[in-house]
Amino acid sequence: MNTWFVRFITSSIGKKVVMALTGLFLISFLIIHLIGNLQLLSGAGGQAFNEYAYFMTHNPLIKATSYGLYASILLHAIQGILLWIKNRQARGSQGYAVKANRTAGASKASYRMGAIGSIILIFLVIHLIQFWYQTHWGSQIETVDYEGWDQPINDLYALVAFTYTNIWMVVFYVVCMIFVGLHLWHGFESAFQTLGLSHEKWTPLVKIVGRVLSVALAAGFAIIPIWMYLNQ
Amino acid sequence: MGADNMKLTLKIWRQKGNKAKGQFQTYQVDNVSTHMSFLEMLDVLNEKLVSDKQEPVAFEHDCREGICGTCSLVINGYPHGPMQGTTTCQLHMRHFNDGDTITIEPWRSAAFPVVKDLVVNRDAFDRIIQSGGFISVNTGQAQDGNAIPIEKEVANEAMDAATCIGCGACVAACPNASAMLFTAAKVSHLAHMPQGEVEAAQRARRMVEQHDAEGFGRCSNITACEAECPKEISVEHIARLNREYLSSSVGGK
Ligand code: HEM
Ligand code: SF4
Ligand code: FES
Repeated sequence: MNTWFVRFITSSIGKKVVMALTGLFLISFLIIHLIGNLQLLSGAGGQAFNEYAYFMTHNPLIKATSYGLYASILLHAIQGILLWIKNRQARGSQGYAVKANRTAGASKASYRMGAIGSIILIFLVIHLIQFWYQTHWGSQIETVDYEGWDQPINDLYALVAFTYTNIWMVVFYVVCMIFVGLHLWHGFESAFQTLGLSHEKWTPLVKIVGRVLSVALAAGFAIIPIWMYLNQ
Repeated sequence: MGADNMKLTLKIWRQKGNKAKGQFQTYQVDNVSTHMSFLEMLDVLNEKLVSDKQEPVAFEHDCREGICGTCSLVINGYPHGPMQGTTTCQLHMRHFNDGDTITIEPWRSAAFPVVKDLVVNRDAFDRIIQSGGFISVNTGQAQDGNAIPIEKEVANEAMDAATCIGCGACVAACPNASAMLFTAAKVSHLAHMPQGEVEAAQRARRMVEQHDAEGFGRCSNITACEAECPKEISVEHIARLNREYLSSSVGGK
């Protein structure tokens, strides 16, 4: 067995590099995911969105990438929870009676990455059962015929639109997006630091990009259920 | 100016030994001068305790001038107290007010077991240093100081890292009890110097392995360490450690 690799991947920095690389990959996915999903707002019975969803589930290259995505989510979540447990153990059994939480730049979200990540994980499970499972194996999803298609395709749009007629679903999605935003507020810049990519000139830019990205992603995803609820 | 009759209430962690159960005990100290250092204030308390035939509070100190890294108290939740860039021994009572209640606790970390009261065992740091925080030199006469030219900027950065006094406040402050800032300061210091080149390929890997083996937590880039470090060591050095580690592990033989 390649011992250097085992030693690397089990070391604290190796584990963190896995977190950073999978985290950044997940961010790149979120950007694509949001751009695609914004087609939900284009109306027209959701044809654009349904055709896009068909493309995403049938293009071999995208299918291959999606396996990398599933692996990244699992790796990131399992590793994240293990790190969280390990770090709590390192703190020791006797806590502080009084503890100030001062940092040199990182946001308060940095203290709660494990808890925020776990909320995101619960969200992901629900989210995937609602849409991803239904797309692949579900019975709740109808099909629809479009001109120019020789077979009917899944009407994912109708399922999404129906889901967001429930105000509590809308609230749930919006609240979870706030947690995604908080996770990335710290996560983006943290990943660069973990990979050793810190630079006098570029780190301030990385921080700004991270903050803009986390707000844009959280707000972008949150607008979809709100808009669909209001325009049902 | 300055008063010399401050009255303080101290809530101090008392613990007879490593296995004993500890608890907070409350003490009053009167006639505290604003000119006293925090440790001098504790000396006043201990003198009183001794004359009352009670066990004095055990705390560590040595140089009392901010260079040895021995003093180690968490004061009102801040390692080395609320002033930044200051060790406990250099913290003065003028930063407190008459009537204050001050909570004093030891460094808390699974890798720093309590020895007694406010004293913790920091041998784990020595073992991290032994694993790679050294350079190989030829014995014999000292080399001429000017024989190895080092750029001023590089020397400055090395010096910034070298100011780490190994106190452990970074561990005490870190929610993960990670000693990455300490380890990074040592690795970064030697990585800047030509003298450190001989072991460079191994150093980061060995020191990180030892760091992990001691049971310190994993860095989440929270930067609480930099905020509490009495020498204001920057987390910039942790990024350098990560680079050194990656090149010594992934890029090394
Ligand atoms: C949309 C999904 C997610 C994205 C885009 C994401 C992204 C990131 C990024 C970029 C980091 C910073 C890595 C670093 O500090 O080097 C991070 C850290 C972290 N993530 Fe996630 N994450 C996601 C979901 C999750 C989930 C489901 C968990 C489950 C528990 C989780 C737990 C954590 C933890 C614990 C950390 C901190 C690791 C550490 O610094 O010690 N994340 N995440
Ligand atoms: S890095 Fe700072 S806080 Fe940590 S041991 Fe060195 S001097 Fe103390
Ligand atoms: S006693 Fe030496 S640094 Fe405080």
